[in-house]
Amino acid sequence: MHEMSLAEGVLQLVEETARREGAARVKTVVLEIGQLSSVEPEALKFCFEAVAHGTMADGAALAILDVPGAGWCMACSATVPLQEVFGTCPQCGGYQVQATGGTEMRVKEIEIE
Amino acid sequence: MCTTCGCGAGETRIEGDAAHSHDHEHSHGHGDGTVHSHPHDHGHDHSHHHHEHGVAGDLDFGAGPARAHAPGMSQSRMVQIEQDILAKNNTYAKANRAWFDERGIFALNLVSSPGSGKTTLLVKTIEALKGKVAITVVEGDQQTSNDAERIRATGVPALQINTGKGCHLDAHMVGHALERLKPADESLFLIENVGNLVCPAAFDLGEHHKVAILSVTEGEDKPLKYPDMFRAADVMLLNKCDLLPYLDFNADLAEENARRVNPDLTIFRVSATSGDGMAAWLSWIEAGLETQGGKRAETVDALKNRIAELERQLRR
Repeated sequence: MHEMSLAEGVLQLVEETARREGAARVKTVVLEIGQLSSVEPEALKFCFEAVAHGTMADGAALAILDVPGAGWCMACSATVPLQEVFGTCPQCGGYQVQATGGTEMRVKEIEIE
Repeated sequence: MCTTCGCGAGETRIEGDAAHSHDHEHSHGHGDGTVHSHPHDHGHDHSHHHHEHGVAGDLDFGAGPARAHAPGMSQSRMVQIEQDILAKNNTYAKANRAWFDERGIFALNLVSSPGSGKTTLLVKTIEALKGKVAITVVEGDQQTSNDAERIRATGVPALQINTGKGCHLDAHMVGHALERLKPADESLFLIENVGNLVCPAAFDLGEHHKVAILSVTEGEDKPLKYPDMFRAADVMLLNKCDLLPYLDFNADLAEENARRVNPDLTIFRVSATSGDGMAAWLSWIEAGLETQGGKRAETVDALKNRIAELERQLRR
């Protein structure tokens, strides 16, 4: 979904930071993308390469850190691992699970020179 | 352009604005050492919610590989950013929501796939409520102002936003729409998002509720196929229910699937065309308006008390 707008958002954050730091070039961009977020990492990589073209992040490597999904099961009163947003609780099989982790989409850090 | 959904940037048009750009200065440095600067100017004299995107957390240059490098070797170093990719949109959304709350405006963001009957539902909702409350509408579509024209035919102000190649409205576009439409205090503000069950889920516009519309001519498994949207929404309207006798559509199963994705979902079965079930939906809106009005009264009362208190201190 909308990976292009997200890639533009990433580039904006990266450029703002790199410029403030007086960098000439961005070598690496590290993102944290949760397994339950609505982002397709491969599509995001593809789009980032396209939007970064001609900017100081041109050719920068995009490293994506996978954040595992977790949810709170109301029936078990416990945090359980979650593969899908609408997944079942691996302990009780119920659907009353609210995603609590793995929904993040963050720019973690960049390597500049 | 995005290969997944066709998203692109720079093609957004708000009705009546031929060119839409902002008063930014762009500087590009080129390889040969020359620097171009392009000032763009335009007529928006609104404040542009200029917010500092300060770096959250500390800048710890020692944490990166730079520390390990000998002087004069590679200059590369790591800089922590730790910011949400959607931070910018969320800041605009927060500003919009504060703006609505200060004025007691109740804002809804209607999302669905194309053809679920959003516009018809809006028209019927407006016709039923326009005698009781002031209503303004923002219409998002890639192209044409057909929907805004349909809304205007009901007598309420509507603004069309054409997103061009974009697949969703964002909070910044809605902020512009607010400046243009200037909705009245304690009114109802309706946003019809671009017909798309994927992208609008991630973009908070500052609304109080996302309302997902699923029509019975679609599949019961839509909430499972597009879970992000049904999770982002807190209300679902099952529309076109007048067609149920002619279709092989299991409404209970559709509701069950939606609740699997989002157990807290409030669901209304309606038919915008026949009017069946609309009463419950309309009273839900009226309850929301009342809550917003109450919030505003609280704010106004709190401010009045504060003024009185300050005046009292001043007199001392």
